[in-house]
Amino acid sequence: MIELYVLLAVMLVAALVAIQIKDLLAAAVALGIVGFSVAIMFILLQAPDLAIVQIVVETITVVFFAAVILRTTNTDTTVADGLKREMVLPAVVYVTFGVIFLVFVGRAFTELPSFGSPTMLVAREYIALGLEKTGAANVVAAIILDFRGYDTLGEATVLFTAVVGVLTIMRRAGRKEQNNEGRG
Amino acid sequence: MRGMSPIVQVIARLLAGMLFLFGTYVVLHGHLTPGGGFAGGVLVAAAFILISLACGSVEQTERNSYTLSSVVESLGGVLFLSLAMAGYLAGTFFFQNAFTYGIGKPLALVSGGIILPANIAIGVKVGAGLFAMFLALGASRFVMKD
Repeated sequence: MIELYVLLAVMLVAALVAIQIKDLLAAAVALGIVGFSVAIMFILLQAPDLAIVQIVVETITVVFFAAVILRTTNTDTTVADGLKREMVLPAVVYVTFGVIFLVFVGRAFTELPSFGSPTMLVAREYIALGLEKTGAANVVAAIILDFRGYDTLGEATVLFTAVVGVLTIMRRAGRKEQNNEGRG
Repeated sequence: MRGMSPIVQVIARLLAGMLFLFGTYVVLHGHLTPGGGFAGGVLVAAAFILISLACGSVEQTERNSYTLSSVVESLGGVLFLSLAMAGYLAGTFFFQNAFTYGIGKPLALVSGGIILPANIAIGVKVGAGLFAMFLALGASRFVMKD
């Protein structure tokens, strides 16, 4: 389990780099480090389905970011140079509530069953009867497309919404110019 | 958008076909091996994105691909929904696995009832949707000029 903690530390550092660095391409690469660390964690936790999805999605995401950054701008102008005075109070509040949250999460996690000892009766039935009831050898496919088809429908809707959102924001057709007011 | 150097173009042309083939394999074997419609669809989209990044494209091609992939994405969604509705045709409820019994035996390619066609629908939807997103975000026509 120690490798998971090493990966977690790498992810924390990469996430901090991603939000604090000024070079946007470097920020995209740092974001990619977070994503690929998640993929490695899925492999270590023996979830090949999720690992495959995470690897390909993360690759495509980094390519998206790189393509957009190379065609627009390369510098993040919103990153502050140093610690400003008005940032102190939000930082203190944030850290305080973070510590309180971690204390309660730590107490809650001691109540959970240990890793690899599932207690859910429904999941046990899915694993035992998946092949027999659906005819699919891959139990993950049997669950996401048969037992839990509604979840997959929602996931497909999420992707559809994302596509519609991107196409709506980035479209040229039908968009009024800034100085052409009145009918906005 | 502009293309890249001839070395990149040759390698990309070699790789894109294999990438497409592997994506199709992952989609079609989603009910047998790890992977499935989502991962395979992203791989298929990656093949298209690789070609359009490496070899470049003209604006008319981008506009046509954009329209086509939007339509194909919606068709994939409609196909997935109609597979869910096929449960009604089988006389049961929404998302019931309509053709589990009768077609194929376990571990064969044609097995698992609606799982295989649903994987194909999701693969088509994800692949076309991601390519449309890429065209909207990265293609020359859609990029903001200022």
